[in-house]
Amino acid sequence: MSNPVLQLKNIHKAFGGVTAIENFSLDLHSGEVVALVGDNGAGKSTLIKMISGVHPPTSGEILLDGQPASFADASVARERGIEVVYQDLALADQQPVYMNLFLGREPVKGPLRLLDRNRMIAETEALVKELDVRIPSSRATIRDLSGGQRQGVAIARATHWAKKLILLDEPTAALGVAETGRVEATISGLKARNLAILIISHSLDQVFRLSDRICVLRRGVQIGIRETAKTDKNEIVSMITGVGQ
Amino acid sequence: MLSTLTSRTGLQGLIVYAGFVLIFLFFAATLGSESFLTTKNLANIVLQTAPATVMAVGLVFVLSAGEIDLSFGAIVALAALVAAIAMRNQPMIVGVLAGLGSGAAAGAVNGLLVAYGRLPSFLVTLATMGVIAGIGRSISDLQSIPVISPGFISFFGGGSLAGIPSLIIWTLAAIAFGHLVYRQTRFGAHVLAVGDNPRAALVSGIKVARIRLSVLILSGACAGLAGLLYAGRLQSARYTLGESDLMTVIAAVIVGGTALNGGKGTIFGALVGSLMMGMLNNGLILMGLSVSYQMIIKGLIVLVAVAISLRDPNR
Repeated sequence: MSNPVLQLKNIHKAFGGVTAIENFSLDLHSGEVVALVGDNGAGKSTLIKMISGVHPPTSGEILLDGQPASFADASVARERGIEVVYQDLALADQQPVYMNLFLGREPVKGPLRLLDRNRMIAETEALVKELDVRIPSSRATIRDLSGGQRQGVAIARATHWAKKLILLDEPTAALGVAETGRVEATISGLKARNLAILIISHSLDQVFRLSDRICVLRRGVQIGIRETAKTDKNEIVSMITGVGQ
Repeated sequence: MLSTLTSRTGLQGLIVYAGFVLIFLFFAATLGSESFLTTKNLANIVLQTAPATVMAVGLVFVLSAGEIDLSFGAIVALAALVAAIAMRNQPMIVGVLAGLGSGAAAGAVNGLLVAYGRLPSFLVTLATMGVIAGIGRSISDLQSIPVISPGFISFFGGGSLAGIPSLIIWTLAAIAFGHLVYRQTRFGAHVLAVGDNPRAALVSGIKVARIRLSVLILSGACAGLAGLLYAGRLQSARYTLGESDLMTVIAAVIVGGTALNGGKGTIFGALVGSLMMGMLNNGLILMGLSVSYQMIIKGLIVLVAVAISLRDPNR
């Protein structure tokens, strides 16, 4: 396997005197989907926040392409090619799809630096077609879309800008069965783009459908990492709950 | 087809044009060509509306960013008074810069308190409205201050360029500039994003605090320009200027299709809304209604406008 895109080495995170994450290590390779599972409060969101630059780790190292990465804030992580699909999607509901895709990074043209809407629309059309996100139009307003379509837009945005890594926080928590299927198909399609994907999910079925490896956290402690093909739900459940080991 | 049309423009987007036409037809029918439907009167409506339209441009940005400015009416008077006082013994340009500068500075105080003091704009501008109105009264001793610079009076008041009155040129310039910035620049897009979903804007790298500061400075500067237009047209400045514009302009902007709670708006709608309010004002006066009844009717229009804005089915 190639060199890891992202390496977490002995990450430790404490808020005040409370330890949130203890001695966490993980290598993520491009083209790989790793699922992060664990009960509520296990530290999954804290890990995502450290990787995306929202909180720095208390100790330990984050390496991006082998280089030590210290993200001053989330925008630095983004510039380095890390994109996050937040649980609440972080979409501007009253704006069109194409404006959301380019939110904060709108291309401009000419000496007056006017918005290049045609370019945004064209790139959006191409991208949603490629990712097979079925929306009525790139000019549609977000609030007129279904939950699955919104999720599709949020993933498309991350895909468009991610150069190395996409973090997905509960991508299908609010979706129905059919919509979950569509979003999972989109996520599976991302592997072909040679991005590393870290996904948080409470659905073990989904984790087994999508991931190559599963990393289990329990109360801030890394319980273990398993290859999805070489484990089963019973083992993962007992790792999550600590029962039956 | 109709549903896609209404979902893109929203119900409010159509209301303003229908309201404009209805009010126009009502006054045309009841007042007729004796008073209302004369070229002079219609032109007068446009001229009288110029300051309100300029204020409305600023307010579209503020509301779109999810904030409110209640102080712009007071800023109008402050800017006019500062300009008039400065021009007592200084050239016109000093008066213009002092007027615009005081408007922008007042807006900056609002903006700093909102963006970096993290205080709600409603309360901040409610408080600064009182402070600014007090400063206006204090620097003028409750007296009118005459503006005698003929250049200023022509440029901001009764003059014209190629036959077009300068107040109309100012109106068109404010609308064109406002529309360009609002619709065609990254700043305009970021204003909408901040008003729509501040968290999404923040995680997308948009400087949310800076946007909030900017829209309130812009609103203050627009109010400052409106103050200069009043001072030019009336050839004097007085602490009461802009007092009655607060409600009128908010109504004009909301009737025009700008959402009260951010993320959506239009500059052209604000122009039409402003002209509509001006027409209403003019027609009610021509009908011989007393000031008290004018206030009541305008207040009711604001109520209807807010109701329509909040009843948008797509919200």
